[in-house]
Amino acid sequence: MSVEVARRLSTLSTPLVARLVLSSPTGLTGAVIVAGLLILALIGPALAPYDPYRQDMSERLMPPSWEHPFGTDQLGRDILSRVLYGCRISLSIAFLVVAISATIGLLLGLISGYFGGLVDEALMRVTDLFFAFPRLILAMAVAAALGPSIVNTMLAIATVSWPVYARLVRACVLQVRSETYIEAARAIGAGHARILFKHVLPMVVHVVLVQATLDLGSVILLAAGLSFIGLGAPPPTPEWGLMVSEGRLYIRSQWWVSTFPGLAIMISALGFNMLGDALRDAFDVRLRR
Amino acid sequence: MSSPLLEVRDLVVHFYTREGVVKALDGVMLSVGRGEIVSLVGETGSGKTVTALSIMRLLDHNARILRGEILFEGRDLLQLSEEEMRRIRGREISMIFQEPKSALNPILTVGFQLQEALEAHGEEGEKALQRVLSMLKKVGLPDPERLVNRYPHELSGGMAQRVMIAMALLMRPKLLIADEPTSALDVTVQAQILELIQELVRELGTSVLFITHDLGVAAEISDRIAVMYAGTVVEQGSVYDIFEEPLHPYTRGLLAAIPRPGRDLVAIEGEVPSLLNPPSGCRFHPRCPAAMEACKRVKPKLIEVEPGRLVACHLYEVGGNGP
Amino acid sequence: MDLRAYVLRRLALTTLVLFGVLIVTFLLSHVIPADPIGAILGPQAPPELVEKLRHEWGLDKPLHEQFVDYVCRALRGDLGRSIRTNRPVLQDLLEFFPATLELATASLILGVLVGVSLGTISALRRGSWIDHVARVFVTLGVSTPVFWLGLIMLMVFYYRLGWLPGPGRLDPYMTPPPRITGLILLDSLLAGRLDAFYSALRHLAMPATVLGWYAAAGIARITRSSVLEVMRREHVRTARAKGLLERLVVLRHILRNALMPIVTVIGTTYGGLLEGAVLTETIFAWPGLGRYSTGAFLYLDFMAVMGTTLFIAVIYSLVNLAVDLVYAYLDPRVRYG
Repeated sequence: MSVEVARRLSTLSTPLVARLVLSSPTGLTGAVIVAGLLILALIGPALAPYDPYRQDMSERLMPPSWEHPFGTDQLGRDILSRVLYGCRISLSIAFLVVAISATIGLLLGLISGYFGGLVDEALMRVTDLFFAFPRLILAMAVAAALGPSIVNTMLAIATVSWPVYARLVRACVLQVRSETYIEAARAIGAGHARILFKHVLPMVVHVVLVQATLDLGSVILLAAGLSFIGLGAPPPTPEWGLMVSEGRLYIRSQWWVSTFPGLAIMISALGFNMLGDALRDAFDVRLRR
Repeated sequence: MSSPLLEVRDLVVHFYTREGVVKALDGVMLSVGRGEIVSLVGETGSGKTVTALSIMRLLDHNARILRGEILFEGRDLLQLSEEEMRRIRGREISMIFQEPKSALNPILTVGFQLQEALEAHGEEGEKALQRVLSMLKKVGLPDPERLVNRYPHELSGGMAQRVMIAMALLMRPKLLIADEPTSALDVTVQAQILELIQELVRELGTSVLFITHDLGVAAEISDRIAVMYAGTVVEQGSVYDIFEEPLHPYTRGLLAAIPRPGRDLVAIEGEVPSLLNPPSGCRFHPRCPAAMEACKRVKPKLIEVEPGRLVACHLYEVGGNGP
Repeated sequence: MDLRAYVLRRLALTTLVLFGVLIVTFLLSHVIPADPIGAILGPQAPPELVEKLRHEWGLDKPLHEQFVDYVCRALRGDLGRSIRTNRPVLQDLLEFFPATLELATASLILGVLVGVSLGTISALRRGSWIDHVARVFVTLGVSTPVFWLGLIMLMVFYYRLGWLPGPGRLDPYMTPPPRITGLILLDSLLAGRLDAFYSALRHLAMPATVLGWYAAAGIARITRSSVLEVMRREHVRTARAKGLLERLVVLRHILRNALMPIVTVIGTTYGGLLEGAVLTETIFAWPGLGRYSTGAFLYLDFMAVMGTTLFIAVIYSLVNLAVDLVYAYLDPRVRYG
C-alpha cells in the first residue's frame, strides 16, 4: 500500500461508494434485496396474516392457496407468516453475530498486527487452531455444548467467525505499519492509541466492511444449517433452517413446507453476497487505479 | 539508399477506457534502416511503448489500431493473420522490456524459458540447449550450465536483463525492440548492458528500436533519434543533427532542460497534455514558445527538410516563417 | 531452504496445531453440561452407581490428569466408546468415514473440473455471455443452502421424475460387494461386480452433484480472479513476444501461475465438503461420517462427539498440509521464504 493508495482511500466517501455499488447490476440487485429484507425484518411480523405459532390440525399440510399463499405445515401453521417472522430472526442473528465477531476480530487484529511480538505470535497460533476445524463442525460442537437456542446459536457462530476478521485485519495492519507516514507520526510524538485509531484504522475499515457484508450471507447459511440438524433454534421457533428440516418428511408430496423457507434462505444469502461482491469491486476499482 | 527494414506510416491508436477514449497515437511516422540503432525518445506517456507494442501487435484488448501501416521488409504487419504474426515475433522481431525480473515467469527455470524461445519456432532438443548455453556465454553470464536451472528471483537485475537479451537474440531477429531496458537498473549496470547491446547488434547485424526517456542514453547508443511528444513523432534525424541543431521547439526545450553545472534549471512551460482530451492542431502548441495561429488549428505533418532530417512543425513548412 | 526442510517445517507446525486441537476437543467435551452418566442411567439412578461409573470413566480425577489420560489414549487410537452404538468410537469412525470420503472426493472432482474450466473460460473471455453466466452461477452457488438443494433435487429428480435413484448408496435389494476399502466404487470394481458399480455410481450422482455445485462455485470464483490477475502480468507479454503459440501461453504462463490460489481454495473447499456432508448425508441416507456426527451431537454422545471432532480436524489438517506441499512444489519462491 502506498501513499497514493492512502490518498485515494481518503477520497472515498460514502456517497461515492454507494453510487459505485448501485451502478453495477449485481450491486443494485443485492442492495434491493437487502433493503427488502431489512424492511421485512422490521415490519414483517405486522404484515403476517396469521400467528406463526398458531396450530390448526384441520388445516394441516394444505397446498398454497389464497388463504395460505405458502401453504401450511404439518401442524397447520401458516408458512408465509412463519417465513416473515423468520426473516427477523435470521437477520437479527446475522447482524448480531457479524457485529460481535467483526469487532472482536478487528480489535485483536489491530493490536496483534501493530504491536507484533509475542502477542502477535499467540494470536496467530490461536487462529491457526480455529482454522484447523471446518467452521460448521466447531460451531456444532459449541452449540451442542451450550444447548439449542437462538442465543447459543449466535454464540457458536460468533466463536468460529472472529478469527477470519483478526487475520484479515492483521494482514492489512502489517502492510500499513511499514508505511513512512506511520513513522512520521511517531516521530512527532503521537501515542500508539492515536496512531492506531487515526492512521491505521481508516486503512483497515474497508476490508472489514466487505468481509462483514459477505459474512452476513454466510452466517445466515450457517445458522440455518445448525437449525436444520437440530442444534440451533429449537422448535417451535419459526427459523428458516428448522422449517426446512421439519418439512423434510413431507418433501414427496407436500413440497411447499420445505421449499419456501429454503428459498428465503437462498434469497437472503444471495442479497448479501451480491452486495458484498459489488462493495469489494467498488473499493478495488478505486484503489487499483 | 536501400529501403528501410521497418517503416511505420501514419499510425493511429486509440484506447477505449472507462473514462473515455484515450487517443494514444496520433499518426506516428517512423523508420528504422538495416543495421542501424534508432532511439525513440520521449517523456512518459508520449506513446513510445504503445508504438512498440503496436509493431509487435501485442496491445491490450481495449486498444484499436484505427489507421496506418507498419511495413516490415515491405510487408504490412497490420494485415497479417495472428498466426503469421506469431511466427514473426521472437524470430524476425524481438522485444525486451523494462523490468527484467517481472518479465520472466517466476515459477519456470531460466533455461526452460530460454528454450521456449527456440521451441516456439521449431527448434528443440539438445541442439537448442547448446544454442542457449552459447548465447548465455555471449551475453557475459558466467557458468551457464548452472544458470539454466535457476529461477528468475535468484538473479540480480543486471543478470536478468542479460537473460532477456539472450532470449530475444536467440533466433537472430532482424529487429530488436528494446523498451527502456536500462531504466530499472543501477547506473553502473546500465552502462554494461548498453555496451552489451551495442556489441551484439554490431556482431549480428540486428537493427534496434531503442526506447528511452533519457537523452543521454540515446546519445550514447543510437545512430538516429526520433523524438516523440503526446502521440506523434515530432522530429527525426541523426544523433549529431538532433543534438547540434534541434529543429522542433520541443526538442530544443528537452535539450535545454538537461541540467548543466553553473546554469539555472530550465524547464518547458506547462504540462504533458491528457490524451483523453488532447489539444487541437499541433499537440504541443499550448507549451510552445513559437506557437502561431495555424498551430492551434492544423496538425503539422512530418516533412523531410533535408535527406534523413524530418520535423513536424509549421515553422519549417514551405512558406513558413523558418526557425 | 529446500523442499525437504520446508516439508519438515510444515509437519512440525501441523503437529503443534493438532495438539491444540486435542486441547480444544477436550475442553469442549468438559463444557458439555449434560451429565453423560445421567443420560445413560436416567435420573432415577442410585447415586452409588453414578459414583461408580464416574470413577470408572475417570471423571472424578483432576482436569489435567484427565487430559493426560485423554491424550495418551487418543495417541493409542482409543477414542472411547460410543453410547449409542456401544462400540469403540474409532471403529465407528473407520466404518463410516469411507462413505464420506467417497462422496467428498467425487464432489471435489466434479467441483474442480467444472470450477476450473468455467473460471478459466470466464477469465479468458471476459465480458462475454459465458462470463456473465459463470458469474451468476458462482453467486447462486455460494448462496444456496446445501441441505435445501439436496431436498429439492431429491424431490424433483427422484420423486417426481424418477430419473435418479433415491436415498442410500446402493439399490436396496442389491447385496453390496465385499468390503475392502469401504469405497463401494472401488470395492465393486475389485470384486468384478459391475452391477454394484453402476448402481453405486447412480446413487452417488445426486449427492455428489449437490455438493459439487457448491464446490464448483467457490473454485470457479477463485479461478476466474486468479487467471484475470495473472493475465495482466508482464511475463505473459514476454511469452507472447517470443512467438509462443497462444495455447502454450495460456497453459504454461497463465494457468500454471494462476494455480496457486486455486490449490489453496481446494483445501478450504474440502472443509466445506465435510460440512456439506454433515448437512446432506441424512437427507440421502448416506451412511457416512456426517450422519454419524449429527447423531452424536444431537444425543450428546460424549465420546463420539470428541472423537468425531478430533477425527475431522485431523483429516482437515492433513488436507491443508497436502495443499501446502503442493503449493511449495508449484512455486519455487515459497521454499526459499
